[in-house]
Amino acid sequence: MASYITKSPWIIHYDGSSCNGCDIEVLACLTPMYDVERFGIINTGNPKHADIFLVTGSVNEQNIPVVKQIYDQMPNPKVVVAIGICATSGGIFRECYNIVGGVDQVVPVDVFVPGCAARPEAIIDGVVKGLGVLAEKQAALAKGVRDAEVPGAYKYEEAAEETAEAAAEEIAEEAPEAAAEKAAEERKEEEAV
Amino acid sequence: MFNFYGDDISAFQIISLILYVVLAPFAGGLIAGIDRKVTARMQGRVGPPVLQPFYDVGKLLQKEAVTVGRGAQDFYVMCCLIFMIIAGAFFFFGFNLLMVVFTLTTASIFLVVAGYSSNSPYAQIGAERELLQMMSYEPMVLLTAVGLFMVNGSFNVENIIGNEVFSLKFLPGIFIGYLFIITIKLRKSPFDLSMSHHAHQELVKGLTTEFSGKTLAALEISHWYENIFLLGFIFLFFANGTWYMAVIGIAAVVVCYFLEILIDNGYARMKWQFTLKSAWIMTLIFGGANIFVLYYLRGYLWLAA
Repeated sequence: MASYITKSPWIIHYDGSSCNGCDIEVLACLTPMYDVERFGIINTGNPKHADIFLVTGSVNEQNIPVVKQIYDQMPNPKVVVAIGICATSGGIFRECYNIVGGVDQVVPVDVFVPGCAARPEAIIDGVVKGLGVLAEKQAALAKGVRDAEVPGAYKYEEAAEETAEAAAEEIAEEAPEAAAEKAAEERKEEEAV
Repeated sequence: MFNFYGDDISAFQIISLILYVVLAPFAGGLIAGIDRKVTARMQGRVGPPVLQPFYDVGKLLQKEAVTVGRGAQDFYVMCCLIFMIIAGAFFFFGFNLLMVVFTLTTASIFLVVAGYSSNSPYAQIGAERELLQMMSYEPMVLLTAVGLFMVNGSFNVENIIGNEVFSLKFLPGIFIGYLFIITIKLRKSPFDLSMSHHAHQELVKGLTTEFSGKTLAALEISHWYENIFLLGFIFLFFANGTWYMAVIGIAAVVVCYFLEILIDNGYARMKWQFTLKSAWIMTLIFGGANIFVLYYLRGYLWLAA
């Protein structure tokens, strides 16, 4: 059976923490100027109808569950495209205390489209590149193989733990007494729980 | 062979029934494709290929099956599809118009239940709106059947087509009323409340939010079946048993559908209150008045009773 998935990729778009520049460029793709519907691409607002997950902006502690839930609700085969440098690596927000980095820290990403903001042409290019991945996954699904978990995905939890430990060490170095008090308090709280 | 009235069944009836069941999805999909192309051109875009709806459904059939509510949802949507095919089959077999309307209602109710079967608030509000839409258009659909009966003396589609009366001459009000409510049935703006073909509705995808893969494909195909015989109703106003009126009838269907696309692109989505009020006012003024006039003038007209 011929694969129709490359002829009818439906998109869901989520904007994480960013300046909304890429967000607007994604919407620009729908305008008569670029008209992505030529390729059968529809911007559905619904993860259950979507084949391609476009994420703009970096991921922060608040929207980790949102990104994960959208990804989990999408039926296989599915592809994630990270749009813009923030979604790729965290961009200028990378060093912020609340940012865990790019989207690949939370869900497996298939295509990265860097740029600040990513141009509509680049976004369309990225989606078209994603179609190739989608076709491969479709073929795998036809053989009964579900979307394999990418090694290293969901590593944000580990990363967050590491950050917390490093922070704790830093505090311990700077003010050993305060850190000891804090640790004691935490132990008390834990016992109370 | 005899039908329920003891009349002969013609080969033509059986052929048109088979043609409907086999070809309606193709014709319906093609109409949907042309619809999208024309819509795109109206918006100054190139638009998708005409065969795009078939690609979409083909893709949906290949997607992983994800069902909410332990399969109940799939069952209701399949019932919707089956009853929609049956309703159209009654129509193209030349059977009773009331039966067509009631079967159509059954199919729509199954769709509403499918929407309710998931606990998603989007789908549930969509289902509620679908019920309101049904309340809006149902009286006019019934009046259409009644009007065609009063003019042609039969509810049977076969007799309405075969009768020598040019129905539109006596039913201009009913025709306008039907054109108004078919906008709701075809899910066109300003009345695409429960689900929209256009993205980014305030209800995500409304009634269809929780459907995916094969279920969504089944729903799409049922829409194609539905659209074909809803447009067939327009044909009934023109058909009088002659070939040239049949051609004019088909031309009228094309013109009416183009009008629907124009309205779809020209209006923003309205609230359900507007839908209900405007549909009932149109039904009363155009449909009701038409029936009223027909009832009192039937002595002057040669209409068969």
